[in-house]
Amino acid sequence: MSAARIGFLSAAALLAARDLRLALRRAGDTLLPLGFFLVITTLFPLSLDPSLSLLRDIAPAALWVGALLSSLLALDLLFRDDGQDGTLEQLALCAQPFAGLLLAKTVVHWCLTGLPLVLVAPLAASALGAPNAAMPGILAGVLLGTIALSLIGAVGAGLTLTLRRNGSLLALLVLPLAVPVLIFGARATALSIAGASPAAPLYLLAAFAVFAATLAPWALAAAVRIGIE
Amino acid sequence: MAWVWFHKFGSPPHFYRLATQLTPWFGWPALLLGIAGLIGGLGLAPPDYQQGDGFRIIYVHAPAAWLSLMVYTVMAASAAVGLIWRMNVAHAVAASCAPIGASFTALALVTGMLWGRPMWGTYWEWDPRLTSELLLLFLYLGYMGLRNAIDDLARADRASAVLAIVGVVNVPIIHYSVTWWNSLHQAPSVMKFGRPTMPASMLVPLLLMLAGFTLYFIALLLTRARGEVLRRERNARWMLEALERT
Repeated sequence: MSAARIGFLSAAALLAARDLRLALRRAGDTLLPLGFFLVITTLFPLSLDPSLSLLRDIAPAALWVGALLSSLLALDLLFRDDGQDGTLEQLALCAQPFAGLLLAKTVVHWCLTGLPLVLVAPLAASALGAPNAAMPGILAGVLLGTIALSLIGAVGAGLTLTLRRNGSLLALLVLPLAVPVLIFGARATALSIAGASPAAPLYLLAAFAVFAATLAPWALAAAVRIGIE
Repeated sequence: MAWVWFHKFGSPPHFYRLATQLTPWFGWPALLLGIAGLIGGLGLAPPDYQQGDGFRIIYVHAPAAWLSLMVYTVMAASAAVGLIWRMNVAHAVAASCAPIGASFTALALVTGMLWGRPMWGTYWEWDPRLTSELLLLFLYLGYMGLRNAIDDLARADRASAVLAIVGVVNVPIIHYSVTWWNSLHQAPSVMKFGRPTMPASMLVPLLLMLAGFTLYFIALLLTRARGEVLRRERNARWMLEALERT
């Protein structure tokens, strides 16, 4: 390496900027999971009797099942292209901590697919009859939940990196591990809609997100290394 | 020096020989304990004052449920050993654990449902223990699915090992979140066993069955692991020699 060594943070920032630029060039692909989320949350009222009280009851389920499935769908974007064109191999070979670089990629992935979900969640929630007072709780829940989902999902995506048709296997791997997010997230949303304080499930969700952020990068690095060897 | 015994496990011929020798030492006691436990549990133990004879399914259900968790732990531990020390035999053991564990989990679920029908009035209750058992079954299925999907054996070993370790970290979290979810949704379940109040005539057969099931698992695991080693080492010279001897 002839160029001067750069610090990890600059390397991660460069990688993040590259991922963002690539994603913006195919904005259509990036926004698909968001459209999927909106369609799912629309399907719930259509398949039920659209009375307000019933909609309020199913709103947490619709929101969180939608978020879970949409984040699962989005995982395809995370490593597929970089795995095929050898970018991941280059990242594994470079002198920066691999787990950190993959964490940076996951953070960008969350900004592109998780953050839009957070922004749209209040819209979907109010369409499902959630009162305005519930929005802070719902926002906080979806924010923490999508972070955890992106991290767990990234591990699953890393494990299935080399498989061609991996969709249903990925679902089988990731969804059982995402059950705590679903439970705490849906609970926080339900409490918010009912007008109660969602603090307890939010704390648990935050704890789970921090836990995932601490451990997932190592599992992710191990999984991706196995995939590209 | 002290680690020689450990590294010897990594040698397939050594492991194969050891497993062949040990299997009957676990299999026969398992059979005897199982028979004794069944006689004690189905014949000698008195009927429960509330559940009548229906409680007797516990003699299969509880050991199966206990093993469903233990097998996952064994699987994750041997997967970790395989990953850290690159020990092929440990991967073979982990791979052999998954179908056994999935079967015990399914058995625990089915017996739980059969018990639930007369006791709760329904086959399926979203009871935390039933639910987390079901999620455990999904974890096993995911593990086996991942192994199946990857053609390259070494890669399948290591990828599934990472999954098993991630799973074992998550199992307690999943269990407690399901418990917590359930406690908010419904009143405590209709009936629970008062564990400390179980009389010895009921408890002793249960312990016998637990011990018998555990030994049975070890014998089964050794047998399956031998098969797995055979499959992996099918071209090795020691394997041909070992097979000629038998």
